[in-house]
Amino acid sequence: MTDADRDLLAPLVPGGEPVEQLLRKAQFFVPGRPSPDYREVHREGGRQAEEFWHERWRHDKVVRSTHGVNCTGSCSWKVYVKDGIITWETQQTDYPSVGPDSPEYEPRGCPRGASFSWYTYSPSRVRYPYVRAPLLEMWREARRRGEDPVTAWTGISRDPERSTRYKQFRGKGGFVRASWPEVVELVAAAHVATVRDYGPDRVVGFSPIPAMSQVSYSAGTRFLSMIGATILSFYDWYADLPPASPQVFGDQTDVPESGDWWNSSYLMLWGTNLPITRTPDAHFMTEARYRGQKVVVVSPDFSDHTKFADDWLPCAPGTDGALAMAMGHVVLTEFFRDRQVPYFTDYAKRFTDLPFLVTLREHDGGYLPDHFLTAADLEGDAATAEGAAHKTVVLDADGTPRVPNGSLGFRYTESGMGRWNLDLGEVDPLLTLYGTHDEAVTVDLTRFDLGETEGGSAVRRGVPVTRVGGRLVTTVFDLLMAQYAVPRAGLPGTWPKGYDDPQPYTPAWQEQITSVPAAAAARVAREFARNAELSHGRSMIAMGAGTNHWYHSDQIYRTFFTLLMLCGCEGVNGGGWAHYVGQEKVRPLTGFQNLAFGLDWQRPTRHMTGTSFFYLHTDQWRYERFGAGELASPLGHGRFGGRAFADCIVAAGRMGWTPSHPAFNRNPLDLADEAARAGRPASDHVVEELKAGRLRFADEDPDDPANFPRVLTIWRANLLGSSGKGMEYFMRHFLGIEDAVRAEETPEDVRPTEVTWREQAPRGKLDLVTTLDFRMTSTCTHADIVLPAATWYEKHDISTTDMHPFVHSFNPAIAPPWEAKTDFETFRLIGEAFSRLAAEHLGTRTDVVATPLMHDTPDEAALPGGNTLDWKHGDCEPVPGLTMPRLVTVERDYAAVAQKMAAVGPLLDTLGTTVKGVNVKPAVAVEFLARKNGRVRGGVGDGRPALTRDVHLAEALLALSGTTNGALAVQGWQDLERRTGVRLADLAEERAEDRITFADTQVQPRAVITSPEWSGSETGGRRYAPFVVNVERLKPWHTLTGRMQFYLDHEWMQEYGEALPVYRPPLNYLRFYGDQGVGDPGRPEITVRYLTPHSKWSIHSEYQDNLHMLRLFRGGPVIWMSPADAAKIEVRDNDWIEAFNRNGVVACRAVVSHRMPEGTVFMYHAKDRHLMTPRSEISGWHGGGDNSLTRLIIKPTHLIGGYAQLSWGFNYYGPTGNQRDEVTVIRRRSQEVQF
Amino acid sequence: MRVKAQMAMVMNLDKCIGCHTCTVTCKQVWTNRPGTEYVYFNNVETKPGIGYPKRYEDQEQWHGGWTLDRKGRLQLRAGGRLRKLLSIFYNPDLPSIDDYGEPWTYDYQRLIDAPLGTENPTAHSISALSGRDMDMQWGGNWDDDLAGATEHAVRDPNLTNMEQHVQMEFEQAFMFYLPRICEHCLNPSCVASCPSGAMYKRDEDGIVLVDQDRCRGWRFCVSGCPYKKVYFNHRTGKAEKCTLCAPRIEVGQPTICSETCVGRLRYLGLILYDADKVLEAAASRDPHDLYEAQLSLMLDPDDPQVQAEATRQGISDDWLEAARRSPTYALAARHRVALPLHPEYRTMPMVWYIPPLSPVADIVHAAGYDEADPDKVFATIDALRIPIEYLANLFTAGDTEPVRRVLRKLAAIRATMRAEQLGLEPNEELASAVDTSPTELRDLYRLLAIAKYDERYVIPMTHAEDAGRLLAQHEQMFCSLDAQGGPGMGVTEPAGPGGHTFRADDGREHFNLLGWDGASTSPHLFPDPGAAEGGPS
Repeated sequence: MTDADRDLLAPLVPGGEPVEQLLRKAQFFVPGRPSPDYREVHREGGRQAEEFWHERWRHDKVVRSTHGVNCTGSCSWKVYVKDGIITWETQQTDYPSVGPDSPEYEPRGCPRGASFSWYTYSPSRVRYPYVRAPLLEMWREARRRGEDPVTAWTGISRDPERSTRYKQFRGKGGFVRASWPEVVELVAAAHVATVRDYGPDRVVGFSPIPAMSQVSYSAGTRFLSMIGATILSFYDWYADLPPASPQVFGDQTDVPESGDWWNSSYLMLWGTNLPITRTPDAHFMTEARYRGQKVVVVSPDFSDHTKFADDWLPCAPGTDGALAMAMGHVVLTEFFRDRQVPYFTDYAKRFTDLPFLVTLREHDGGYLPDHFLTAADLEGDAATAEGAAHKTVVLDADGTPRVPNGSLGFRYTESGMGRWNLDLGEVDPLLTLYGTHDEAVTVDLTRFDLGETEGGSAVRRGVPVTRVGGRLVTTVFDLLMAQYAVPRAGLPGTWPKGYDDPQPYTPAWQEQITSVPAAAAARVAREFARNAELSHGRSMIAMGAGTNHWYHSDQIYRTFFTLLMLCGCEGVNGGGWAHYVGQEKVRPLTGFQNLAFGLDWQRPTRHMTGTSFFYLHTDQWRYERFGAGELASPLGHGRFGGRAFADCIVAAGRMGWTPSHPAFNRNPLDLADEAARAGRPASDHVVEELKAGRLRFADEDPDDPANFPRVLTIWRANLLGSSGKGMEYFMRHFLGIEDAVRAEETPEDVRPTEVTWREQAPRGKLDLVTTLDFRMTSTCTHADIVLPAATWYEKHDISTTDMHPFVHSFNPAIAPPWEAKTDFETFRLIGEAFSRLAAEHLGTRTDVVATPLMHDTPDEAALPGGNTLDWKHGDCEPVPGLTMPRLVTVERDYAAVAQKMAAVGPLLDTLGTTVKGVNVKPAVAVEFLARKNGRVRGGVGDGRPALTRDVHLAEALLALSGTTNGALAVQGWQDLERRTGVRLADLAEERAEDRITFADTQVQPRAVITSPEWSGSETGGRRYAPFVVNVERLKPWHTLTGRMQFYLDHEWMQEYGEALPVYRPPLNYLRFYGDQGVGDPGRPEITVRYLTPHSKWSIHSEYQDNLHMLRLFRGGPVIWMSPADAAKIEVRDNDWIEAFNRNGVVACRAVVSHRMPEGTVFMYHAKDRHLMTPRSEISGWHGGGDNSLTRLIIKPTHLIGGYAQLSWGFNYYGPTGNQRDEVTVIRRRSQEVQF
Repeated sequence: MRVKAQMAMVMNLDKCIGCHTCTVTCKQVWTNRPGTEYVYFNNVETKPGIGYPKRYEDQEQWHGGWTLDRKGRLQLRAGGRLRKLLSIFYNPDLPSIDDYGEPWTYDYQRLIDAPLGTENPTAHSISALSGRDMDMQWGGNWDDDLAGATEHAVRDPNLTNMEQHVQMEFEQAFMFYLPRICEHCLNPSCVASCPSGAMYKRDEDGIVLVDQDRCRGWRFCVSGCPYKKVYFNHRTGKAEKCTLCAPRIEVGQPTICSETCVGRLRYLGLILYDADKVLEAAASRDPHDLYEAQLSLMLDPDDPQVQAEATRQGISDDWLEAARRSPTYALAARHRVALPLHPEYRTMPMVWYIPPLSPVADIVHAAGYDEADPDKVFATIDALRIPIEYLANLFTAGDTEPVRRVLRKLAAIRATMRAEQLGLEPNEELASAVDTSPTELRDLYRLLAIAKYDERYVIPMTHAEDAGRLLAQHEQMFCSLDAQGGPGMGVTEPAGPGGHTFRADDGREHFNLLGWDGASTSPHLFPDPGAAEGGPS
């Protein structure tokens, strides 16, 4: 014992109480048997008490599964089972290695996923089929009377009194249990009756994000495809689709896996909060910092990701485009004008449209940029060559016009075979005419920071020009320099004097708009570009909802892409765009598409853009204050003057640009019958009827009962409680119940001209809403029928994502409890019941399907030059597949639907599979499936591979895709080699023998194979980055020029002033709607920007009702606001408030925090109304979720079609359900709340 | 030298994303039971913030941990055992349920059962304790992400004396996350506070546990723990706490919170320390010395003398090997980048933290940025938003120097690696400027950034064949560090060596606690090094 120790020793009790006494007292506290001298106490127990914890941990088995929610995580989990009960879950850590010098993909998961098992036995678990009492009573009564099911359904749904009786109680309790056979029969009868009487396209299905449970998605869409129903898109509807991606890249969305962040040495987080929204992957960012990565965060608030920033640029919401324009100004000035970086210049010439020539047309004493110069504009043979109108032109170094390979004109033509590539050969395109030019002219360019309307104003700047084929032309690069206001000596026009001059688009200019200091903006831009110069493109921008959910998100993104493309970052590991919101990479895409949409039995499928569908059919179009013309540029032709957004939808549908379902105001089955009776092809019949005005497009009169969507089935989704923008309008018009809408209908002068205005808007359009779910969401509470779904721990399925390169499986840890069934099983039952009833009521019918001009098909070349030709207005003749939708007849043997669903169909053998223009004949894979799954015996599928179980479908998805079947990947690349003339097949040859089976995915997540289904490469175990194949193998992008495009010359883009990237501010709703407050005296109100970012405690609405998540924060919906804003309305932290505008009202609590900027509030999105939603003081009705304050508004340029990359594809192009431009009024409410 | 092995944890706050996955997985596995609704063995706090329970760090209020008396002797801040006896039916230092927040649930059933005509069926909050309607006012993570900071975070005890330069304003906003579990202290005040002798520190790995059979629910452990990491189960009436996932650790698996940490910021590994020196270290007079004192307890596992002594005292070879590979030892002692949480509580906590970097405070004028040089992309650490004083209040009893040193080392790694990957001119002086070598920086880089699973977690398995030896510990009355002034304080008089054991009626040999001096060897109190071979050494 040291002295120090001795020092420490002191009597325990002051005064030295005898220890024996102490111990005697201690007996009271410590039961046990004291030794006679009280010097020791003997006790039972002790470390065997640790057994409690051992027992708690003990379990019987661990099952691999995942979460199939609308989340891109796709994390593999261990689900623990003890005594037949799911106890908890922890993450798997067995992902294939990324390599010795990188962090691994373990563990992957987040707190939300970790809380999932709570749902399994939660009190809100849907255990049985439920039907609302009035409907069930009428149904049972009719069936007791002996009515046939279909007759029973028509009797109830068509009788106004009887249908009102059940519709009025939607969302108002009264569910009673029904048996599975009973409820399946009801659902099937409603489908049969609707197909027969209104048309199959009046049957609608909604289910999103297939990647995260591909079998469950496909189970429903396969059924709906077989019957010809309308299947709604979701990616655009969710506003997660970045329209700039198809516009610029000709690709839906293709992004780096998260492991590739590690390869970036400069990472900007711009609108995506990685720790919250990419929780499992955020570590790659935090770890890359140690490798020397600089992280810059641009966000309006100090948020979870801001913590990791080196620099935080606190950019005002929605003004990100202004900041990016200024950064572009700096990059162009310092890295293109003052100094040229060989890497950048070379990249721009080879992979972007910057050297391509654009014609100029005269305008108001100056010029306007017009269309791309094409080979058709040249003299000589080139002009008449095949595809000339879609071959764009550059000037060679010596000034000779050249038509380089790779543009659209080479993609589908015979002469283009082997030439659709980016090989410039001897050509060295001129990026700029500056220096070699002998003439310069001024062009008028749009600016939107100023203007009388949302359409902005103009600025005049000079470009160097030359003449080719008699036309005045300049390069896209020179236009870009003018657009970004980078002065070059001798060019005419208005230019800023320097970075300090607050003119567009200088750093000083953006500071006034974004509040980001000019010096910081310039420095970050400079660092970003310099990093790309040093690293050859390893600068990355991760972007997401924060910058994508805006009305003008496409423009915001294009300003980002400008930075990336100028700095040579796309197609480079560690560089480029990284869009992380809602991206949904179904890696086994080919198998999925063919099976999910029944393409193995019939083609095409009725796919519909969700946003236009809901805009029209929930009647949100009836509440506009301004039309499409308001947003059009003053430099356009004024084509949008007097047109409503609904008019634009109608026109785009009619011209074949975008889908339109339900299609006509007549049952398409009847149309086919009429044609047959008239003895002419159905398409001729439809065209004739349309021309004669006897037939109309349904969207020209969405309030005509003949055009209502009638039967809606929702699965894997919470449409009403989560994604339903304009929720209160859904309540009013879709469902026909009470709502909190305060908006007035459109005044007469701004009403649509091509859409019939009915004085009385219909309420309760839907006859039947069926929801499959395992938890009682408000989509369930508002549905007529709720079917108990198996959870993700109770079924087989497969999952993939953009975020990692693996495919892995769902597996049942327990059997679906109570009466729950898998989605696969539910749709099998519905399909069988449908087929039984259809045998009598439908038989075999011919369906006329109207499909738009499709992307990645020759349809892209339908409309050269991107001109608008509207046959209705006499611009041209209606020609199906050219100036109007393609009209395809499909024979539907309705009694055989169930048999077809359960077998791999024959079209795979004859037509093969075509995805993104690559065709493969998967004969070997089909044969393999027949042996693996077994063959169907009897019926229409006799001898075909079976799809009778969920694992069969999973197996088929994997076997038919290149990413999971190496032989098909090689075949696909070979097909592409023929078209491109470049070597590609070697990308997959190393794994030509690999086939990932479902059993493989049960063992471990499996790394996918490089396949032409995607643009990146995993070859040799490298990290996936998009467009690597384009850059390294010279495979063109799927655009007009075959390159990434800065310039979009479609007429509608020009009308909107968006031919080039430009800053467009958030919509100014105050301009149109004024103060939306209620103005009670003595009740202060504030009007603020209303943002709905992704939640920390839920994945959309999933988990927001989960007890574990609720206890980790405030226990219910909240709105975050700044102390300054709170003070203005006398609100303290945790007070009850009401947020309201014309669209509805939210009653929730306030969170006051100085991490919020003044003037902006946050409400985590997808706050469902089934939890903590009190009655509102303002509406007198229950306040809703975050979408009670939103309403859809259409951006007409998203409707463009028939022109190269601006052609329609499902979830590829279409109007987005943007919602961030909205404002709300907030006031404190009574602190007494009633639920 | 008494060589003990401690399973210790390091959390790299510079990587913590504040996702709370650790909290949920821990909750699901361990405290998803009635009576533990409010219990979080693991929780994550936003800093600045007042934590869970409210302001637990303010020992002026809660009297947790140890303090020195006027003579510099270690004593429980809440007073000795007598004081406990006197206050046993009223413990003024015990947090109330309002300090934790009353746990709530919802009337979920209403969503399904609502009768026809119910307007907008919506589940609302009810108390998980009483079942009555409830208005939530506080909870386990109420101030996440600076929520309500102007009312709550301003009361963060770590902000004391910093009011002048830390204001809750947008322009100055900063935050980071602090995940917390039980510290499994070397000098645990909870154990010392227990009047029932129900708490113990496991001899083999230092895990501190509550014996559920012995606990009588007096809750002095709750108040005695300055980290408030012992909780009271209101159903069983017993205390519960983080077990460091003992059942997993014993078989070589990381704790749940570690393995499920998607930030990959947790490390688990052994630290060898000299148990004889714990009390001395804990009694360092100047609180600024406590961090170094705590480090000084650690024994170098590569030191042959330590190895020999450890072997002699019965620590097996595989455990020694694990200690040599230990990432926690590497981070805390070898690289000195991990710091203890509130060493001033004098409990010698064994969960260590690497402090976080943060964005620069002033993006325009930050020191280190050069307008003309786009290759200088990192600001100096003195330009960062999180005040170093604040971090020092958390990790070094207010001494800013060690924190500054750690942050500089992190910055040096970043600068070095950036130069390397971009082919920039390397700064040869960087490593020596932070008292290290390029090799060590690279090792540290690998540990922090690559952080492979088997390098984050180095966990030797329990020698279950020695179960009999472990059982011997059942017989101990107080904890293994039960010495005067130490955890159990079950001794009043120093006693000379020898004569500590006697044979009781049951024929088994027992250790006479009253005769133990707290320093000399203690046969049968600790597992006997030679017991496995069949006899005392």
